[in-house]
Amino acid sequence: MKRPSTLTMFSWLVRRDLILAWRRRADVLATLFFFVIVVSLFPLGIGPEPQLLRAIAPGIVWVAALLASMLSLSRIFGNDYQDGTLEQILLTPQPLFLVVLAKMFAHWLVSEIPLVLVAPLLGVQFGLSENTLATITVSLLLGTPVLSLVGSVGAALTLGLRAANVLIALLVLPLCIPALIFGAGAVDASVNGAATQPWLLLLAATLVVSFVFAPWATSAALRISLE
Amino acid sequence: MSTKKIHWYKYAAPANFYPLAGKMVPWFTGVTIILFIVGLYLGFAVAPTDFQQGEAYRIIFIHVPAAWMGMFLYVLMAIYAGIGWAFNARLGSMMATAIAPTGAIFTFISLVTGALWGRPAWGVYWVWDARMTSTLILMFLYIGFISLQSSIDDPRRSDRAGAVLALVGLINIPIIYFSVQWWNSLHQGATIRIASKPTMAPTMLASMLVLLAACWMYSIAVVLVRVRCIICEREREAPWLAGAAA
Repeated sequence: MKRPSTLTMFSWLVRRDLILAWRRRADVLATLFFFVIVVSLFPLGIGPEPQLLRAIAPGIVWVAALLASMLSLSRIFGNDYQDGTLEQILLTPQPLFLVVLAKMFAHWLVSEIPLVLVAPLLGVQFGLSENTLATITVSLLLGTPVLSLVGSVGAALTLGLRAANVLIALLVLPLCIPALIFGAGAVDASVNGAATQPWLLLLAATLVVSFVFAPWATSAALRISLE
Repeated sequence: MSTKKIHWYKYAAPANFYPLAGKMVPWFTGVTIILFIVGLYLGFAVAPTDFQQGEAYRIIFIHVPAAWMGMFLYVLMAIYAGIGWAFNARLGSMMATAIAPTGAIFTFISLVTGALWGRPAWGVYWVWDARMTSTLILMFLYIGFISLQSSIDDPRRSDRAGAVLALVGLINIPIIYFSVQWWNSLHQGATIRIASKPTMAPTMLASMLVLLAACWMYSIAVVLVRVRCIICEREREAPWLAGAAA
C-alpha cells in the first residue's frame, strides 16, 4: 500500500474533523450562542449608556471570545480519545506535530471562525464605528489561532480526567492573557483613535511564538496522556 | 581537582536521598530559625524609621523576600520538573511537586503583604500595577500546576503532565510580564509608581538580605520534609522503606 504524503494526511484529518463537526452542528452553534449571550448580558448588567458601553466593548468581546473558546477546547481530542481513534492516529507514521497541527486548524475553523464572523455584529450593538469593527475582526483573526494553539496544550494534558472542562480553563486562561491584552488593546486603541498597528503586530508575534511551541508541547502532552 | 569523588548521582535515587534529606532537615530548620530571629531583629529594632513612609515600610522585610522566592521557586520548579521528565529521574519530578505549594504560598504572602503595604502608602489595597498583576498571574500558574497534578491519579502521568505545563508556563512568563507592563502603561497614567526607590540605609538592606536567606533556608527545609513524604507515599511497597522507617 502506498503511504500517503504528509500533506494528504493533513487535509484528510482536517476534512474528517470538519465532517464530524458538520454532523454535530448543535455543538458548534451552542458555543456560538454562548458567545452572543455573554456579550449581550453586559449591557443588561451595566446599563445602556452608549459612552460607557463603547469604552468597555473591546474587553467584553475579547473576554467573551476567550470564555467561549474554553467551552470547545475539550472537543479537540476528547471524542477521538473516547472512541479510540486518537490512539490509531498516534500510531500513524506521519509526524505527530503535523497531526496535532491539523487538529488545531480544524478546531480553529469550526469553533473560532464563527466567533470572528459574529463579533462585528455584536460590536454594532455597542455602537462601535466601522473602523473599530474592522479592527475587531482583524484582531480576532490573529488572536483566535493563539487560543486554539495554547488551548490544545491544555486539552491534551487533561485528556480523560475528571472535571477536565474546568481544569482546561484553569490551565489555559492565564496563558492566554498576552493574547487578550494585545487583542483588546488593538480594539481599544481603535476606539480611542490611536494607532492599532503596534498591538496587532504584537498579537501576530504572540501567534508566531505559540505556533512554534504549542504543537510541540501538545504532541508531548498527548504522548504522556495516552501512555 | 580533588581526588576524592562523591557520587552525586547516587542521591538521585529516592532510597539514598530519603535518609540524606532526613539528616539535612534539622540543620536547615536550625539555620532558618536563627536567620529569621536575626533578620527580624535587624528589621524591626535596628533599622531606622523611614522618613517618608514611617513604620509601615517595615513590611518590605517580608514582602520583598517573599516576592523573590515566589519567582525563583517557579523557575526552580520548572527546572526540576524538566529534569525529571527529560532524564526519567523520579526524584526531580518529586522535587517539583514538593516545591509548588511553597512557591504558591510565598506568592500569596507577597500579594497580601503588598496589599497591606499599599493601604498606608497609596491609600488603596490594590492597584492594577504591572508588578502586582503579573504576581497575581504567577499565582494562577502555580494553582494550575497544583490542580493539574492533583487531578491525575497516576503518578507517572501526573509528573510528566506537570512538567509540560511548568515549562510552557516558563516560556510564557516573560511574555506575560511584558504584555502586562505595556497594558499598564496604556491604561494607567502616572498615578502611582512603585519604582521611585530611595537609596536604602545599609541596615535595611542587610536585614532584607538576611530575611531572604532565611526564606531560602525555610523553603529548602520545608521542601525536603515534603519530598520525604512524597517518597514515602510513592515507594510504600519498597522494602528499603520499611528498613528506613524502623
